[in-house]
Amino acid sequence: MRRPNSAVALIAALIGIGATAPAAIAQSSASDEIARYRLLLQDGNPAELLVARGAAMWQQARGPNDISLAGCDLGLGRGVVKGAYASLPRYFADADQVQDFEARLIFCMVTLQGFPRDELVRHPFSAIGERQTDIEALTAYAVDQARGATINVPQTHPLERAAFARGRYLFYLRAGPYDFSCSTCHGADDRRIRLQELPNFERAEAAQRAFAQWPAYRVSQGALRTMQWRINDCFRQQRFPEPTFTSQATVDLITYLGVRANGGKMDSPSIKR
Amino acid sequence: MRGALRSQISLPAVLAIAVGACATAPDPEPAESETLAVIRAGFHERGIAKLDRLEQTDLQKTCTRYRDNPPADVRAILEKTALASVKYPADDRWLGDYKQGERIAQSGIGLQWSDRADSVNGGNCYACHQLTKEEISFGNIGPSLYHYGAQRGQGEAVLRYTWAKIWNTHSFNACSAMPRFGDAGILTAEQVSHVMALLLDPASPVNR
Repeated sequence: MRRPNSAVALIAALIGIGATAPAAIAQSSASDEIARYRLLLQDGNPAELLVARGAAMWQQARGPNDISLAGCDLGLGRGVVKGAYASLPRYFADADQVQDFEARLIFCMVTLQGFPRDELVRHPFSAIGERQTDIEALTAYAVDQARGATINVPQTHPLERAAFARGRYLFYLRAGPYDFSCSTCHGADDRRIRLQELPNFERAEAAQRAFAQWPAYRVSQGALRTMQWRINDCFRQQRFPEPTFTSQATVDLITYLGVRANGGKMDSPSIKR
Repeated sequence: MRGALRSQISLPAVLAIAVGACATAPDPEPAESETLAVIRAGFHERGIAKLDRLEQTDLQKTCTRYRDNPPADVRAILEKTALASVKYPADDRWLGDYKQGERIAQSGIGLQWSDRADSVNGGNCYACHQLTKEEISFGNIGPSLYHYGAQRGQGEAVLRYTWAKIWNTHSFNACSAMPRFGDAGILTAEQVSHVMALLLDPASPVNR
């Protein structure tokens, strides 16, 4: 609904080509076909339903304290949601730590609304076919409020720089029965697993494109997936133990990726295969 | 006066003042032990994926330290150690069944926290390699292996090299991205022989 008309025009053009020049389509590589599929997906993103649910929930008085999240400071001041996601993770003096969006959301839900932390972090990601969690809905709303904002993950506070340094260490850490690091798949240009293209975080442009598009609606899962989920599922395939939701190590890695992506423009929730 | 003052300040104190005064100096890297402690604290075991997986082997430590590009002398030691770890097949059973090899190459099951301890592991070769003409969904982190056997034949040197490459890839390319399929216990020796057949049997789709 917020899609530029040029994308719609391009889809129409592609469908036209498909109808009039089947030979040309047959010759196009599998990757081209997948690119076309992804483009067709852009025509309406079911994440918008979740964004609407999150927007309403953000304003609603909830939790044991019966208060809304309007007083939550995401880094740009109390109550400012617009654009805030693009400058996270960052250091927060009230928590005395670097927090990514999801860690900050939990912090606000605990300190403002009075939710028990254990209850919030027990099941942050919905299972396939399950109703999306409140955390996913609130995240969808907040990141949608940063669409078009320039990614600007700060490196001002010493703890922000320490988070970056640890995140970089984790990015290159080879471990587990497969000997994989993040860099094994995300450290060179034009790499693919099967037909899935992998962003190279050594390159600013690729890092920007990747970071800008998470959280994303995953068509194959029928659900919006957050950045914490993205990190979690990478480590599953890396054959590591499970990263703990919003742990310092996950925030560090997201800080590293975010700083690598600085200068890009947020374009989330995106829609992916 | 000046000289007297200088003589009373120890060298470490001078250095400390100099570092403190220089606001633009980069932060010192966090100590490796502190970084590792934060990483360990940030994971928990789930299913078959226990926390000991974060304890690095010597090879993992060395490859991490050099960002997978070790200097020649270090590389030579890693490769020699890896080659010494290779267990060659008993009774010269180098080549199994290429059809089973193809199933192993297609399967990415195994060793994830979402997998069961008793599941039969795959090799997931197609994740990174082209192997056959028929399978167009292949990755490119490793080289294409299409016509691998057709180009090399089945001489003993080829058999030994290929087995060792699958068993412990670092034997010939220290800090390679490929898993140690035999050495790390991902595939059994029998499964490795099936993957060998997929690569080397003249009847295998890899060589047709």
